[in-house]
Amino acid sequence: MIDLIHTYWKSYLWSDGFNLTGLAMTLWLLVLSCAMGFVLALPLAIARSSRNPWLWRPVWLFTFVFRGTPLFVQLLMIYSGLAGVHFIRHTPLLWSFFRSGLDCVIVAFVLNTCAYTTEIFAGAIKATPIGEVEAGQAIGMSTATLYRRVILPSSLRRALPAYSNEIIFMLHSTSVAFTATVPDLLKVAVDVNAATFMTFQAYGIAAAIYLGVTFLLVGMFRRAERRWLAYLQPQTAQTSPRGADARPKEQPC
Amino acid sequence: MKKLWLLGALVALSLQAFALNAQTIKLGTDPTFAPFESKSPSGEIIGFEIDIAKAMCEKMGVKPVWVENDFDTIIPALQAKKFDAIVSGMAVNEKRKQQINFTDKVFHTPAGMVVRKGSGLTTRVETLKGKSIGMQQGTIFEQYARKYYAPNGVTVTPYKTPDLYRADLLAGRLDAVMDDAVVLQTTLLATPEGKDFEYAKPALKDEIFGVGAGFGVRKEDTALLKKLNKALADIRKDGTYAKIAKKYFTFDPYGD
Amino acid sequence: MTLSLEGYSQLILAGTWVTLKISFLSLVVSFLIGLAGAVAKLSANPVASWGAGVYTTLIRGIPALVLMLLLYFSVQMGLNRVTEHFGLHQLDIEPVSAAVMVLGFIYGAYFTETFRGAYLAVPRGQMEAALAIGMPWFRAFRRIQFPQMMRFALPGVANNWLVVIKTAGLVSLLGVNDMVKAARQAGNATMRQFFFYGVVAVIFLAITSLSQVLLQYLERRFDIGVREARL
Repeated sequence: MIDLIHTYWKSYLWSDGFNLTGLAMTLWLLVLSCAMGFVLALPLAIARSSRNPWLWRPVWLFTFVFRGTPLFVQLLMIYSGLAGVHFIRHTPLLWSFFRSGLDCVIVAFVLNTCAYTTEIFAGAIKATPIGEVEAGQAIGMSTATLYRRVILPSSLRRALPAYSNEIIFMLHSTSVAFTATVPDLLKVAVDVNAATFMTFQAYGIAAAIYLGVTFLLVGMFRRAERRWLAYLQPQTAQTSPRGADARPKEQPC
Repeated sequence: MKKLWLLGALVALSLQAFALNAQTIKLGTDPTFAPFESKSPSGEIIGFEIDIAKAMCEKMGVKPVWVENDFDTIIPALQAKKFDAIVSGMAVNEKRKQQINFTDKVFHTPAGMVVRKGSGLTTRVETLKGKSIGMQQGTIFEQYARKYYAPNGVTVTPYKTPDLYRADLLAGRLDAVMDDAVVLQTTLLATPEGKDFEYAKPALKDEIFGVGAGFGVRKEDTALLKKLNKALADIRKDGTYAKIAKKYFTFDPYGD
Repeated sequence: MTLSLEGYSQLILAGTWVTLKISFLSLVVSFLIGLAGAVAKLSANPVASWGAGVYTTLIRGIPALVLMLLLYFSVQMGLNRVTEHFGLHQLDIEPVSAAVMVLGFIYGAYFTETFRGAYLAVPRGQMEAALAIGMPWFRAFRRIQFPQMMRFALPGVANNWLVVIKTAGLVSLLGVNDMVKAARQAGNATMRQFFFYGVVAVIFLAITSLSQVLLQYLERRFDIGVREARL
């Protein structure tokens, strides 16, 4: 076990001497996909919560398909499937993109997380207290301003618990990237296992690293929740405004 | 009550493969290595090595039962006793001899590399710089590539099964693939999709490739090893081996 | 683009059956483990609650795929050690059963959390009253707590079921001959990978949609007798 760690620790964490591998690659996949997914999900969520069927139906179809099929199958379609499609294969611009396993993986991850994130944000937008929206409209805000100053800030805060779950779920889902030859953390474990046959140790180290990163993320999100959803934290006698009345008063004389 | 039924069903399901017949031997194989072992369209496991193993089992008076297993985990699976011998075109080399024992040589065919016609690539590492080469994970070809090519700027990509590296080669994601020369001929060069590909020269030779393929057994199964070696010698002596070889090859796969 | 399955329909159908079998059996196993886990986590016994806590934290913090690869061989090897120790003939676990055990074990952790939340949502007075009139704990659980728990657990169970189906799509990476592997073999043989993976995607979509319809029906059934606030 110690020998294993000694030989392979660098590959597990960031590089095998030739490319970015292991944890560094996994985190890179996570950050890139979630960032792009977030940016794409905002306009899609607004469309999804609109009452205009021309807007919300296409978005519903997108989220239905991408949430109803496994990420693994989506990845296989983009990596193996598109490579066999004549049009893609013989258009130099498209092929230079889809040839790379990493690009295929990013596309699949972005589409997948965007679908889930869109639904999460749409749900939060639809749950905006009607009073806030009416107040904004009453003072003459345009729809764009209304979204920018009232709906989106409040919805994003409301979506934080569900969205943080989605990010952690995405971290776990990146483990499927190795099937497209991307050298992420799990691929390093697979290679170590193939080289040494020490199955439990090879995968155990990867599992421990995933566990550690998950804990870090959970801790980070809890702090974020304490800050941005402070008004939802449980009240104690110390923090509640009426708590002062509950405290026993000093008896005079 | 319902829960007991479910529990019973689960136990029954897991005992499905419980062989009651003691006169069988379980053989593990990765049937993606035509013409040595492959799966027919109807799902039957066929091939040269399969037929040799069947003939040997006949001599030993046991019935072979085939267990499929991916090549990169076939040694741990043998040690986990999922089967009693590996019949999967496994080359005998030092690294593997540390984990398991091998029978005497069953066949010996050379290693080969396939590249696109006109790409100008050879097996010499200078021509492969900056290119990507694929092979099946856990094979001697992976060992060779990692030893000689990877440190010199060649991207080495191991794949779980041959159909995966074949797909990526045909798609243009790989510039070259390595595997047994006869297997490459059967599964790639002789097929319609393989018409744009050819062997790379010069021929690959190294001690990593071993001295031929044998059947693998666990280190503690010395009695089984003796029986297998005797059966192998028998079928070579009485001509069964030559008869089976003629069915698949125009040359003698036993090598020198 | 033709829609012909080129003779691979048999293979894909067989694979679909394997995927469905694994999904459903894993659901049953994880459901049972989840119930036991929730009871353990909520119990007054510190060993049980701490053990269950470690179980859920560990399993939910590691990707399912990594756990699957980690445990798949260990199950057989562990069993071999046990049967060797007792001198019994070796019990072979075939791939489908091993996959079910591993998936069930993993999602048992998620179900534990679902059931724990559902358990806590039932007013405590219900169990207290049942125990006060002398019902043994197990009967009280079975007749009072459990039916009410299920109503609260249903959305969580539904969500976990959808996740189990989608994770069952990964078992081909363990070597199981499921429908994704069938699609891969068919696609690579005919060079029509996009089509065959598309077929499999459509099958998954059908399964998830049907499940959602079924779960909506179940939700309406379980909500009989419960009034929802009129907004």
